[in-house]
Amino acid sequence: MIFLLMLFVFVLAIFAGNELISKVPPTLHTPLMSGANAISGITIVGALMCAQFGNGGGVSESAATILGVCAITFAMINVVGGFMVTDRMLSMFGSKKKKK
Amino acid sequence: MENFSIDQLLYLVATAFFIVGIKRLSKVKTARSGNLLAAVGMALAIAVTLITPGAGIQLDWKVVAVGAIMGTLIGGVMAKKVEMTGMPEMVALFNGFGGLASTMVALSEFWGRNFVVGPSDNVILGNEVWVIAIILSVLVGTVTFTGSLVAMGKLSGKISGNPVILPGRHFIVAALLIGGAAMGVMAGFMQESYDPTAMILGLTACAAVFGVVSVLPIGGADMPVVVSLLNSYSGIAASMAGFVIGNPLLIVAGALVGAAGMILTIIMCKAMNRSLGNVLVGGFGGDTPSGGNSGGADEYTSYKQASPEEAAMILETAESVIIVPGYGMAVAQAQHVVKELAEELEKNGADVRYAIHPVAGRMPGHMNVLLAEADVPYEQLLELERINNDFKTTDVCVIVGANDVVNPSAIEDPQSPIAGMPILNAHESGTSLMIKRSLSAGYAGIKNPLFERENNYMCFGDGKAFLQSVLDELKEV
Repeated sequence: MIFLLMLFVFVLAIFAGNELISKVPPTLHTPLMSGANAISGITIVGALMCAQFGNGGGVSESAATILGVCAITFAMINVVGGFMVTDRMLSMFGSKKKKK
Repeated sequence: MENFSIDQLLYLVATAFFIVGIKRLSKVKTARSGNLLAAVGMALAIAVTLITPGAGIQLDWKVVAVGAIMGTLIGGVMAKKVEMTGMPEMVALFNGFGGLASTMVALSEFWGRNFVVGPSDNVILGNEVWVIAIILSVLVGTVTFTGSLVAMGKLSGKISGNPVILPGRHFIVAALLIGGAAMGVMAGFMQESYDPTAMILGLTACAAVFGVVSVLPIGGADMPVVVSLLNSYSGIAASMAGFVIGNPLLIVAGALVGAAGMILTIIMCKAMNRSLGNVLVGGFGGDTPSGGNSGGADEYTSYKQASPEEAAMILETAESVIIVPGYGMAVAQAQHVVKELAEELEKNGADVRYAIHPVAGRMPGHMNVLLAEADVPYEQLLELERINNDFKTTDVCVIVGANDVVNPSAIEDPQSPIAGMPILNAHESGTSLMIKRSLSAGYAGIKNPLFERENNYMCFGDGKAFLQSVLDELKEV
């Protein structure tokens, strides 16, 4: 049942995503791609949860730990870098808006 | 999940932030606040996860701290340091990292549940769904990663932009997919007969090669479409990782990005008048001309050439000027000189505007970002539909490092590989000045008949240096 609910959520989110960005000026395509990309870094939440397996101290635990550290690092690069780069791009549009 | 919980409610708030964020990102006025909102949603999601990771889950704080600090530092420094021209590569790289992270989440979950906390312990969605979600997130995440790396290499020129066609590649691709999926099934459902670790790593390897083999045959000109598609994939990978850990926030946010990325990809394909399938099959375009239909320098017999002095004289008398920027402007870092030239011409009384082709540069909106960096007023940047009828009445068109987007064979030669692609009608203007390093073909690798037109002058040289000399000439007068 929970699976079905989540499948509902998944399908509805896809429809929502379709509607959300059907009208975007080309100017914003790159920032939008970059911003959406930063949001896909939401996998950071999953990465953080991987940090639960390292508490034992055995060989398997260390494998899970290394994967966890790497997952958090890469997801964090995606999130932090993604939002910052997007903001840098958009700040340029902003600055000349004020000058108008 | 069974009972009401405050952390799930806060995840819902984060989801709302993402949706409103994406919505606001689609309008110029609200875009920056939209990005900020999405970032706040992300911070909220991370904070909630750290405070209440879920029933019975104990986070290892050392792991969290090391990963979070390293990731923040690396991501922050890269985002600060990157040049505006290197933006497309950077987006591709970040995107690849997101995919890799999703793969690792799935691998770590698989590993942890199998060897650390016990097989089906704490699996929310049931074992079958869990295994399938793991297979999908490893597959899509890894394809995103290696595909993005190849795309980045092609964008930055480290890998040849030419399509690399492997013999029997459709067979290879199918074999990798089927083989990978089979190994995933063995890893998840047949652990008595097969070593799950070897099998899941086999799946990862198949997916990695699959990503490389699928992007290699696609020409450099199509990389923006590929990056956009891979952006969509990374969303799907995150969504699948959500099914793995049973977290609706990942499912929703990932699906939103997956759908939005797909729409953007289709919009970009439409701008080139091609179907997504046609792009993905590959074999189109490259850095250097190849085959019979190519545009090597020796193909051009009669063309007129203009020196900076001559170009300045042409521009001096012009009353209306349209500037067409392309990737060459980005490479030459010529956007500031372009802006200065435009100002000088305006002082002369000329009306100056910019025509932005939807696929100029290496990403949609690439030219807008560069010209914004140089403080070009937003109102002067006009999209194809709005400016294309004005070329007829324009005195001079200055083409800075663009080629394929002003290639008239797209409308005049039905046999041309780019036939039907919307182009900027630069050839209709009174005089066109084509500033270019050589007669070489553009990314599409085809001949441009504009070079030989009566009213066109080729201005050979580096975009920045040439325009600077033109500007100096104009100022002297």
